[in-house]
Amino acid sequence: MNSKFKIFLKGVKDVSPLMIPVVPFGLIFGVLAIDVGFTPLQTMGMSLIIFGGASQIVLLQLFSGGASSLVIISSVGAVNSRHLLYGAVVSEHLSDLRLIWKIIISYFLIDQAFARSNEYFNKNKDENKYFHLIGGGATCWIIWQSTTFLGIILGAAIPEELGLSFAIPLTFLALLINDFRKFINIVVIIVSGIVATAGYNIIPFKAYVIVAALTGLLSAVILTKMINLNE
Amino acid sequence: MSNWVLIIYCGFITYLTRFTMIALIKKEMFNDRIRQILSFVPSAIFPAIIFPAIFINDIGFIQVEDNPKIIAALIAVIIGIFFRSIVATIFLGLASYWFIIFII
Repeated sequence: MNSKFKIFLKGVKDVSPLMIPVVPFGLIFGVLAIDVGFTPLQTMGMSLIIFGGASQIVLLQLFSGGASSLVIISSVGAVNSRHLLYGAVVSEHLSDLRLIWKIIISYFLIDQAFARSNEYFNKNKDENKYFHLIGGGATCWIIWQSTTFLGIILGAAIPEELGLSFAIPLTFLALLINDFRKFINIVVIIVSGIVATAGYNIIPFKAYVIVAALTGLLSAVILTKMINLNE
Repeated sequence: MSNWVLIIYCGFITYLTRFTMIALIKKEMFNDRIRQILSFVPSAIFPAIIFPAIFINDIGFIQVEDNPKIIAALIAVIIGIFFRSIVATIFLGLASYWFIIFII
């Protein structure tokens, strides 16, 4: 078997366990997008064009709250700024690739595939190792598109009384479970949450997401500085 | 702005952050301090979605009393801390919410 294909399959295999939580995430997205007023075609378009769970749910949340386009786009950008963190880590493994491959791989670079492929990259020196990331990304792509599609179909059948929109905060909360045990993270979470809630009606243009996130990040800057000084 | 234009812009900015990290960012551009701060980005952003979705009611005001979402979210946090499972956190959180609104 061709070694590129073998590495691709290894990527598929490594990322698969992480796909279990993506299934409900995709279904919830499909159901809610229809609920909020997007057409089935637009909903599918979001998953194909954006291909990012957190970004798409933030879009829905702010869209349903009547936020302006500029606020929605900048909030999506803010949510995505975590990707820049990965840049420092992953770019060294991919720096020899041709630009066309970088353009293709960028579309598939999602949290789960990044996490698994970065582990693989650190252990392997094969020149075709980037096929691992393509395998993981493609797996996630298939799961995300098919669950969005299922969500669109199911959406019509799910009664509004179920209050499924509560799944949005729960999904984001689930993404933070590893931070609940760290002191600084807990402070940052509480600061950002309080600013967002208190500022929900006060901060103009529904920019509460950005204001709260910046305040939270500022408290992280101050707290880490204090702790770094004490060491 | 039409929905389609909005979707394309959001897609563009999402793609741009991914492409930037692969093609433009070099390892030496980030020192340890910046990396340390960036690691707090999820903790700073996600609560700005979570808290209002729990505490702000349908008519746009803060509601603390008689709000089943607060209790269900607390249960989800406890489940998250103990089981460290994304799936368990979402489903048991949703199940406790349904238990509160439909059965209690």
